[in-house]
Amino acid sequence: MLKQVEGSAAVAEAVALARPEVICAYPISPQTHIVEGLGERVKDGSLKPCEFINVESEFAAMSVAIGSSAAGARTYTATASQGLLFMAEAVYNASGLGLPIVMTVANRAIGAPINIWNDHSDSMSQRDCGWLQLFAETNQEALDLHIQAFKIAEELSMPVMVCMDGFILTHAYERVDMPSQADVDAFLPPYEPRQVLDVNEPVSIGAMVGPEAFMEVRYLAHAKQTMALERIPQIAAEFKQRFGRNSGGLVRSYRCEDADTIVIALGSVLGTIKDVVDEMRATGEKIGVLGIQSFRPFPLGAVRTALEGARRVVVVEKSFSVGMGGVVATDVRMSLTGLHLHSYCVVAGLGGRSITKASLMRTFTEAIEGSLPLLSFMDLDWRIVNRQLEREATIRRSGPIAENLLRDVGAVASKVA
Amino acid sequence: MLQIRIHGRGGQGVVTAAEMLSSAAFEQGQHAQAFPSFGSERTGAPVVAFCRMDDHEIRLREPILAPDVLIVQDPTLLHQVDVFQGLKPDGYVLINTRRSFDELGLGDISQRFRHERLITVPATDIALKLLGRPLPNAVLLGGFAALSGLITLEAVEHAIRHKFSGKVAQANVAGANEAFAYVQKEMKELAHA
Repeated sequence: MLKQVEGSAAVAEAVALARPEVICAYPISPQTHIVEGLGERVKDGSLKPCEFINVESEFAAMSVAIGSSAAGARTYTATASQGLLFMAEAVYNASGLGLPIVMTVANRAIGAPINIWNDHSDSMSQRDCGWLQLFAETNQEALDLHIQAFKIAEELSMPVMVCMDGFILTHAYERVDMPSQADVDAFLPPYEPRQVLDVNEPVSIGAMVGPEAFMEVRYLAHAKQTMALERIPQIAAEFKQRFGRNSGGLVRSYRCEDADTIVIALGSVLGTIKDVVDEMRATGEKIGVLGIQSFRPFPLGAVRTALEGARRVVVVEKSFSVGMGGVVATDVRMSLTGLHLHSYCVVAGLGGRSITKASLMRTFTEAIEGSLPLLSFMDLDWRIVNRQLEREATIRRSGPIAENLLRDVGAVASKVA
Repeated sequence: MLQIRIHGRGGQGVVTAAEMLSSAAFEQGQHAQAFPSFGSERTGAPVVAFCRMDDHEIRLREPILAPDVLIVQDPTLLHQVDVFQGLKPDGYVLINTRRSFDELGLGDISQRFRHERLITVPATDIALKLLGRPLPNAVLLGGFAALSGLITLEAVEHAIRHKFSGKVAQANVAGANEAFAYVQKEMKELAHA
């Protein structure tokens, strides 16, 4: 059924359609309306049997999720930003134990400086935690991915993070096609755990493993994610067959056939990039864009295949490994081994900086002309950067950086966008 | 694609206005996207919200830099924010005030843009009278329907009833209707001026 709803409300409805049995969440910032919407459904009885557990922190949220998943319940939680960092230890435990929890990460920046806006720093900080990480381009894809995520997670007995851009998607009202309960039930069978804490057949979960088997347990997690590289596209195809939509999968290309220049990105910025690609194609430029839907497991093969015929690749990413460069670009370069093409990394949109068509077009043009640096920061305000560097070079007690830069920028309330 | 930017202050329902606009467009069978300019909004602080409408899927996610329509919910913002920034030459402007463009000191705006597309409407007065609270957002949408003809009054009414219920919906629908009639009358006068 077509609806005009907020992204968070759409995801709450989709998660409810997946019939979770336990939802645990820390309800205070950073949090979205998703768990609020689910809490209302549990309270008014429209989502049952389901227990909504209000916990005292994100660390507790993931700990409760581990407990309920181990007890055999389909389990869901959501967080973002600093909340994800606070639960980090338990995030690793969930994957290490092989528990198929599904979690939404409404992507946001990580402080300091404190910032509530969108980028991908939070989920990227958990890149190596062993969870699968799927990225949504639109609210439609976000809700579709949640339904797929429970299926992927439970088949593999591995936890899945569904990453959707905080604010840009979670707070945007747009049209979505909401599936029916009957179709979701037919697509997603009831949860059949591989391991369960059952008083009638007692087992323990969470043994201490020494050097004799730790590497093997870790390798098996990798092996499962490698298997997921096959299952994710199959499940996306099954989803398409039932719901008629292309959602999820490993990667999705747009106008990449015959492209000399291929842009790579994750999440909602893909839409803006597609508009830019259309405009540049109209002027005769051979450019396309490849969206990465599955960041973990990383589809090295699919990315390589997509890039084989291109002359250059421009990775536009909302994440940044300080002292190194782009997080996604590093993985993309791994897929290029032996291929001879120029690769550029463009860090953009950190802390909610708008990513505009004009800036993207300028950047892609520079890449085509060969004048783009290998690592660049889109729309960086060099004026305030250089002023601070000069301050530090001349004064020992140059003071706190964030405060200095805010003073240099001046009032922002008068800015329109 | 039609791009609408709404300026107001925290607590005036700016974000809700964009949401209702998008649901009015949806009601008309269009694709629509509404989103706020994100920030730690506080009551009284300048707030911006955006709405795009199109017959095709909307992929663009940048803030609206060159709007076709500006709705200004609070005229005191005119001294604080460059609300007209990027406005298209044939754009529409609807400002919530009892005063005219000239009285607001916006004579140069009247010169630069098509004067028959620049309208003021006392939406807060209408809201106070019918709703009992200074919430001009839904009222202004009725005015926008009259000014532009780009959404119907019926679609606005539907969007209001979708968002609110009972007396609040009733009063907002009445307010939207009053603003619609007011703007229609103003436009007739402008056409003869």
